[in-house]
Amino acid sequence: MTTTGETYNEMRGPSGEVRDAYSDYQAWFEEQDAKTLSRKHRDAETIFRRTGITFNVYGADEAEERLIPFDIVPRIVTAAEWRRLSRGIEQRVRALNAFIHDLYHRQEIVRAGRLPQRLLCNNATWLPQMVGFHPPGGVYTHVVGIDLVRTGPDEWFVLEDNARTPSGVSYMLENRETMMAMFPDLFMRVPVETVSDYPRRLAKSLAACAPAAARGRPVVAVLTPGIYNSAYFEHAFLADQMGAELVEGSDLRVVDGRVAMRTTAGYKPVDVLYRRVDDDFLDPLTFRPDSLLGVPGIMDVYRSGGITIANAPGTGVADDKAIYSFMPQIVEFYTGEKPLLPNVQTWRCADPDDLAYVLDQLPELVVKEVHGSGGYGMLVGPASTKMQIAEFRQKIVSRPDNYIAQPTLALSTCPIYTDAGLAPRHVDLRPYVLVSPDRIEITPGGLTRVALTEGSLVVNSSQGGGTKDTWVLKE
Amino acid sequence: MLGRTANGLFWMFRYLERAEHTARLIDAGLRMALTRDIVAAEEEWRSVIATAGQRAGYERQHRTYTGIQAWNFMLRGEGNPQSVLAMLAQVRTNARTARNRISGELWEVVNDAWLSASDMLAKPIGQNQIGEVAAFIRRVAVLAHGAMVGSMMRDESYHFARAGSFTERADAVARILDIKYYLLLPSLSWVGSSLDTGQWDTVLRSVSGDRAYRAIHAGQIDARGIIEFLVLDDRFPRSLAFCHAMLRAELAALARLHGQEGSANALMRDADTHLANRTIDDILQQGLHQFLLDIMRRNDAIAAAIAADYRFLA
Repeated sequence: MTTTGETYNEMRGPSGEVRDAYSDYQAWFEEQDAKTLSRKHRDAETIFRRTGITFNVYGADEAEERLIPFDIVPRIVTAAEWRRLSRGIEQRVRALNAFIHDLYHRQEIVRAGRLPQRLLCNNATWLPQMVGFHPPGGVYTHVVGIDLVRTGPDEWFVLEDNARTPSGVSYMLENRETMMAMFPDLFMRVPVETVSDYPRRLAKSLAACAPAAARGRPVVAVLTPGIYNSAYFEHAFLADQMGAELVEGSDLRVVDGRVAMRTTAGYKPVDVLYRRVDDDFLDPLTFRPDSLLGVPGIMDVYRSGGITIANAPGTGVADDKAIYSFMPQIVEFYTGEKPLLPNVQTWRCADPDDLAYVLDQLPELVVKEVHGSGGYGMLVGPASTKMQIAEFRQKIVSRPDNYIAQPTLALSTCPIYTDAGLAPRHVDLRPYVLVSPDRIEITPGGLTRVALTEGSLVVNSSQGGGTKDTWVLKE
Repeated sequence: MLGRTANGLFWMFRYLERAEHTARLIDAGLRMALTRDIVAAEEEWRSVIATAGQRAGYERQHRTYTGIQAWNFMLRGEGNPQSVLAMLAQVRTNARTARNRISGELWEVVNDAWLSASDMLAKPIGQNQIGEVAAFIRRVAVLAHGAMVGSMMRDESYHFARAGSFTERADAVARILDIKYYLLLPSLSWVGSSLDTGQWDTVLRSVSGDRAYRAIHAGQIDARGIIEFLVLDDRFPRSLAFCHAMLRAELAALARLHGQEGSANALMRDADTHLANRTIDDILQQGLHQFLLDIMRRNDAIAAAIAADYRFLA
C-alpha cells in the first residue's frame, strides 16, 4: 500500500529543514559515526533477544518466539504537541467511561436518540451481566490505549480506542531502557519525559479501585492465559515490575465468597485482578463453558463486591468499530464539549447511503471488520488487486453491518535507521492511559509502531511492523 | 508466593542440575575413552548412558555404543526427553513460569544459555567440539548459581530453588555410585582388591571430586575411600551428606518462613537419622546397593512432600 498526496514528514519540512522536535537529535546524529550506529542497530536485537522480549506466534512451530524489530531513531513529540494531545485523550477517555456506565444503566444516549438501539442489541461484546452493576470506584476502563495517527502539523486523529486489554506497554518501557543503555550521551543532551514509572502508577491506580471486601493493602494479581500466550512476556514483565503475583486460571478459585489464589501457604484472597484474558474466557459458568483460562464463579464474586476486575467485563462494547464512528457524538453527549481529537472519517456500511458510497469508491478506501483487530480481515483498496476488491465487495454486500470504511490516510513519517542513512517510514502512536476513581493519567510517550517497508502503511507487528522509542520533550 | 511458581523454581533448578550432571558424565566418559582401548571405551559409554538413566531410549535408536552416538544422544537426541537441550528448554520454561520471582540476572543467564545451546546443538557434535560444548554447559550452571547467590533475595523463591538443586544432586550422586559399584564390584569380596583405578577416577571426575579426593588421600585411589568420600564427607559439595545438610537447611528455612513444619521436614529428619552415625563399614556391611536404593526412595518421598506441603499443584 502506498500513500497518495502529501505525506507529513515529522522530522523534516518541505524544503528539507529539520523541525524543532528533532533539532537536538539531528545535532547529535551528525556527530555520530555511521559504523558505530550500524553496529548499535544490530546490537539492539541482541539486547532484546537476551532479555527475552519476544512475542509468541500461534500456529507456526510450537510456540515460536519472535522479536518485534526495533528501530534506534526515536519518534519525537514536542511538549506543546503533547499538551494538546493529552487534553484530547483525557476528554475521550472520560467520555468512554461515562458512556460505558450509561450503556449498563439508563442508556440516556439511546433515549436521547444519539445512538441507535440496534448497535447494542446485536452486539456480542455488550454483557447483560453488567446491567445495573457499579464497578468499584466507578471505573470501567482502568487501562486504555488510544491509537493516534497524524497527517499534518496539527492534524492528529484517533484511529481506534482500545478499551479491553490494550497490549504493548512493555515495549514502550523496554524500548526506552534499550535506548538509554545504548545512547546515554543522547539522553544527557536531550531532555525527555520519563516513562519508567508506568508500572508503579499502574499498581497505584489498580489499588485505588480495590473492592469493598479488601482489607489492608490491596492484593493485586495479573491474570495471564499462560506462557504460550503471545503477550506472556508482557504479563510477566508487568507483574514483576508491580510486585504483583502472576496468576493463571488454574491458580484461582472461589473460596468463602472471594476469588483466592493458591499460594504456598494456602488460598489467599485477591482484591484486584488485572486480567489479560478476554471476557469470553473469564468465567466458564457465565461465558464460554469450555474455557480453562478463567475462574468458575468469578462473576458472582465480582457482582457481590468481592473483587475488582480490570478492565471491567463488557468494556469491549465501547471499542468496536461501529461504535467508534459515533465517538464524536459520544464525547459531546457526556462532556458537553466539542471533541478535541477528531475521528477519522468513517462510513458505516450498515447505513444504505454510506454503503452505496463505499461500494462505489472501494478501490480508494480501507474497509475493516467491526470487531476485527491486528490488521486482519481488512481491505486496503489502493493496495489490492481487482480480484481482491471484487471478493471483498461480496463480503460487504452479504453482511454490510459487519463493516466500516475509511479513507486511505497519508500517515505521517518518521525516519528509521538504515545502512544507507535515515529513511522516512509511516508511523502511528499508542499512548497508554490509566483511569482511577479520581484521575486520568497519561504516560508521556507511548508505543510508536512503524511500517518498516518503504511506502507501507501497515504498522502491525503481525504484518512486518516494528517499534520505536517515543519521546515527549520536556518543556 | 504461588504454589505453581514455587513448583517452577524447584524444577528449574532440578533440570539445571540434571543438565550439568549430564555434561559432567560426558566429560568423564570422554576422558576415559581417550585413555583406553576401543572395547573398554564401548563399555564406558554404555555405563555413561546407563548412569544418565537413558539406556532404554538410547537402545531404541542405536545398537552399538560409540562416543559420538552417545554424546549426541545425551546432548540433543531427537525423542530424548532427557537430552541437555530438552532440559535447558525445561529450565527456561520453568524460569518463564517463575519470571516475576527470579532476578533479571538469573533470567538472562538462563535465556542466553538456551539461545546459545539451541545454536550450538543445531547440528551433530563431532570429536573436536565435544569438549567445548560440555564445558559450555557446565559454565551455564556455574553462572546460574552465581547469579542466584549474588542477586536473589533469601526468600521463599531462593529456598525452593536450592531445594530443587540439592534434591536432584543427591539423586544423581546416589545413582552414579550405585551403577558404578555394580559394574565395578560384582561382589563384596572385591572391596579392597586390586581395582580398575581408571574407572573409579571416572566416578570422581563425574562429580568433579577428583581434585578434592586426591588432596585428602594423597593420590591413593581405593573403592572404600571413594565411597566414604562421596557418601559421608560433608565438606564436599556433591557428597550425599552435604546435599542432605543443604536440603535440611532449605527445608528448615521454609518452615521458619511459614511458621510451621510440614511433612517434608519430618521425612528429612528421618533421613538424617538414617545417615547419621553411619560408618562406611556399616554401609558396606549392609550392602551399598540397598543403602543407595533407600536413599533414593527417601529422596523421592521428600520431593513429593515438598510439593504437597507447599501446594505445588492444584
